[in-house]
Amino acid sequence: MPLDSKMNRVFKVVGTRPPRPDGVDKVTGRAMYGADATAPGMLVGRILRSPHAHAKILSIDTSAAEALKGVKAVVTSADFGVPDNLSIRDVQDNCMARGKALYHGHAVAAVAASSAAIASQALKLIKVTYEVLPHVTDVDEAMRIGAPVVQSGRVLENVAAGLSENVTSQCEFGHGDLEAGFAKADKIIERSFTTAATHQGYIEPHACLASMSSDGRGDLWCCTQGQFFVRSLCAEIMGMDASQLRVTASEIGGGFGGKTTVFIEPVALALSRKSGRPVKIVMTRDEVFKATGPTVSSSTDVKIGMTKDGRITAAEATLRYQGGAFPCETVSMGAQSAFACYDLDAVKTLGWNVLTNRPKEAAYRAPGAPMAIYAVESVVDELCQELGLDPLDVRLKNAASKGTKSSYGPTFDDIGLRATLEAAKAHPHYTAPLGPNQGRGLSCGFWFNFGGNTCVSLNINTDGTVGITEGNPDIGGSRAAISQMAAEELGIPYEKIRTIIADTNSLGYNDVTDGSRVTFAVGLATIEAARNAIKVMCGRVAKIWGIDENAVIWEDGCAKPAGGNAGSFDPMSIEEIAAISANTGGPIAGHHEVNADGAGVSFGVHIADVEVDPETGATKILRYTVFQDAGKAVHPDYVEGQMQGGAVQGIGWALNEEYIYGKDGLLQNAGFLDYRVPVASDLPDIDTVILEIPNPGHPYGVRGVGETPIVPPLATLSNAVARAIGVRIFNLPMSPPKLLKAIGQKG
Amino acid sequence: MKNFHISTTVNGDQTEFVCAPDETLLDVLRNRLGLTGAKEGCGTGDCGACSVTLNGRLVCSCLVLGAEVEGAEIGTVEGLATGDHLHPLQRNFIDHAALQCGICTPGILVAAKALLEKNASPTDEEIRYWLAGNLCRCTGYDKIIKAVQIAAAEMRGA
Repeated sequence: MPLDSKMNRVFKVVGTRPPRPDGVDKVTGRAMYGADATAPGMLVGRILRSPHAHAKILSIDTSAAEALKGVKAVVTSADFGVPDNLSIRDVQDNCMARGKALYHGHAVAAVAASSAAIASQALKLIKVTYEVLPHVTDVDEAMRIGAPVVQSGRVLENVAAGLSENVTSQCEFGHGDLEAGFAKADKIIERSFTTAATHQGYIEPHACLASMSSDGRGDLWCCTQGQFFVRSLCAEIMGMDASQLRVTASEIGGGFGGKTTVFIEPVALALSRKSGRPVKIVMTRDEVFKATGPTVSSSTDVKIGMTKDGRITAAEATLRYQGGAFPCETVSMGAQSAFACYDLDAVKTLGWNVLTNRPKEAAYRAPGAPMAIYAVESVVDELCQELGLDPLDVRLKNAASKGTKSSYGPTFDDIGLRATLEAAKAHPHYTAPLGPNQGRGLSCGFWFNFGGNTCVSLNINTDGTVGITEGNPDIGGSRAAISQMAAEELGIPYEKIRTIIADTNSLGYNDVTDGSRVTFAVGLATIEAARNAIKVMCGRVAKIWGIDENAVIWEDGCAKPAGGNAGSFDPMSIEEIAAISANTGGPIAGHHEVNADGAGVSFGVHIADVEVDPETGATKILRYTVFQDAGKAVHPDYVEGQMQGGAVQGIGWALNEEYIYGKDGLLQNAGFLDYRVPVASDLPDIDTVILEIPNPGHPYGVRGVGETPIVPPLATLSNAVARAIGVRIFNLPMSPPKLLKAIGQKG
Repeated sequence: MKNFHISTTVNGDQTEFVCAPDETLLDVLRNRLGLTGAKEGCGTGDCGACSVTLNGRLVCSCLVLGAEVEGAEIGTVEGLATGDHLHPLQRNFIDHAALQCGICTPGILVAAKALLEKNASPTDEEIRYWLAGNLCRCTGYDKIIKAVQIAAAEMRGA
């Protein structure tokens, strides 16, 4: 659905900052999240998890647990089938280990009991006999021939020979003559980097309430980014028709990609089916860390050649990502995004996915991109230092723009990278003075963005107000943005609209809330649904006036005659049209169903000033500014919120956060005390500059904004630290002991 | 295990409940009293999503036992508004987009209210250190700090 041709459109509601419709519920404690629902006769579900990193399950004896008074059901993998569809089987096996426990914390059995105390006691009575196997948690070790094999038979045909069976897939992107490109360079730098696995760290642990009845119908309430996808997965795992499983998304306490799949939902459904009672499962934080998706950890080599005036002549990267015990394709997105910011004649990326004895990776905000772009932007910065060039000038010189053949194939349309870089260059932050032990870093960032399957119903109520039914959980203000776009299109006040999130029975299939897609795709479908409703209303009015439907236009919430030739009629307001709808043909509604494309890629630039304490190695962020192209910012507060929140997640990734595994393959820091996400006192204000380069694929020019801002902070901070302490760190996070050691070695 | 019978005051209302010896105040509030505004983000006192006041003192209700609150006065997010009149912190959190997913919001509001009762004119730094025990993963804290400042100014003016 292309950008409206009237480009100079003056928006009335879009671009304003009205209060969000779910605000009061969320500040009064009334909003219902995953763990807040109850049902009559509800049981408590608990899950038993593997104490080993890798072990064959020889037997599970549940008899003592089943005999405990108050225990109503115990399930293991034996209570599930073996799905033919491999990807469904992986999801199920991740929810409940079949034959082998593949990582520390992998579920092996579950109970439902009349109280939490009895459920916990029952878990202790389940006897699992394990044969402990050798394990591997490091990506580079797991690639070597002879490494413990996590799963056999999962290697795709195109994977090069000479690697461990843990290397399941391989991808390559790029174009041009690398050899010729490097030959033209005045300076070539080649470096290797690693990043640690980090967790999405949503504050709400996974929670669900499942209720299966003996006639095979089921209801599921859960915190998820996508109730329709949850239904698809659970219905297939449970052997149910989709129509018989209704999934309702609760309010969601953060997701960031981590709630785009299922972990406990099929288990709760199986326990409910077996016990005949509703079953609620709420994860502990320990379980969230051990058994839900962190992001991949990575090991990456980057080689870039540059002329002495700052033109990149050739660029190459090899990426090795481990995504835990099941195959994943995240490395492909890393390999595609690594050099997406640049207009290059010769570029190549090669990526490998590697299995390890870690929890299955789940999507995390721009999955795969931050670690790839961190490595690339670090090498670009080092080249700038070596050649004595301004890092923003070098980015401007090489920036991708409209017409650039991207490093991953497509040719870019209107994009905002150059405007974003120019805004950064003109900003006072970039030239502010720095003190001792301080450094300034910057980095570009990129994300593809996504559109996807979307379905919206827009109902004109009989009093002329509007109800919108959409299918994507509201994680950060999307109900407000959707209502704003409907208000804009219908020409009525924002307050007259109420947007709700439907359960899976109330609307057609909607893709998960991911890919920064909701404001773009649901917005697009809402605008089109509003246009369809307007068409119906104009038709009704045309009948009343006895003129042709095309002679009626819609303006400011009213039907009006198109011009003098159409006749002279007083405008009819939406209220008047709605009030008599029963006499003009019945209820009025607009719908739109689409698999939206044209999402429009997104770019951002971050600048940070840091000070590193030479005594402790601690990094303090003094100033931070985010520049990003939003296409059109529908609700600028929530656009800024995405930019700030994404930046701070990236800051945590750069400085503090990491999954730490012992030699025993066990996770050592499964809690917020030892896995340290940024707290308020760690941070300065996060300043934001929104640019608006309209996306040609959306009627208002909207681009997704949610994911891009987590991409630049890794290199931004690494580059700032390198300039502050005079030595470059190649491994994230840059924790104080690591920096202290580097400062010491430098002398 | 013998249960305890406890009499207490929650948001000004006389309340009685029965709880097991190992049941936390958070469990009691959520599961026995139907006050699900306080959230369990970690259960170990690291995230602050379960923040409530106990005799005026800010605590993590996941670290307090239900059996400990005999005769105490407890304040939760459900007690912040007066009738349909929102507390200035609540209103400013909505007006200034200081929440995204909203799961940490009840705890942060209770904590911010406790701060402003002690210190009506906090600096940004003081707000940031006071709220360091309340994790927010969505906002990057920027708009939270600003909303608390605006609410504080409004309350001083009132």
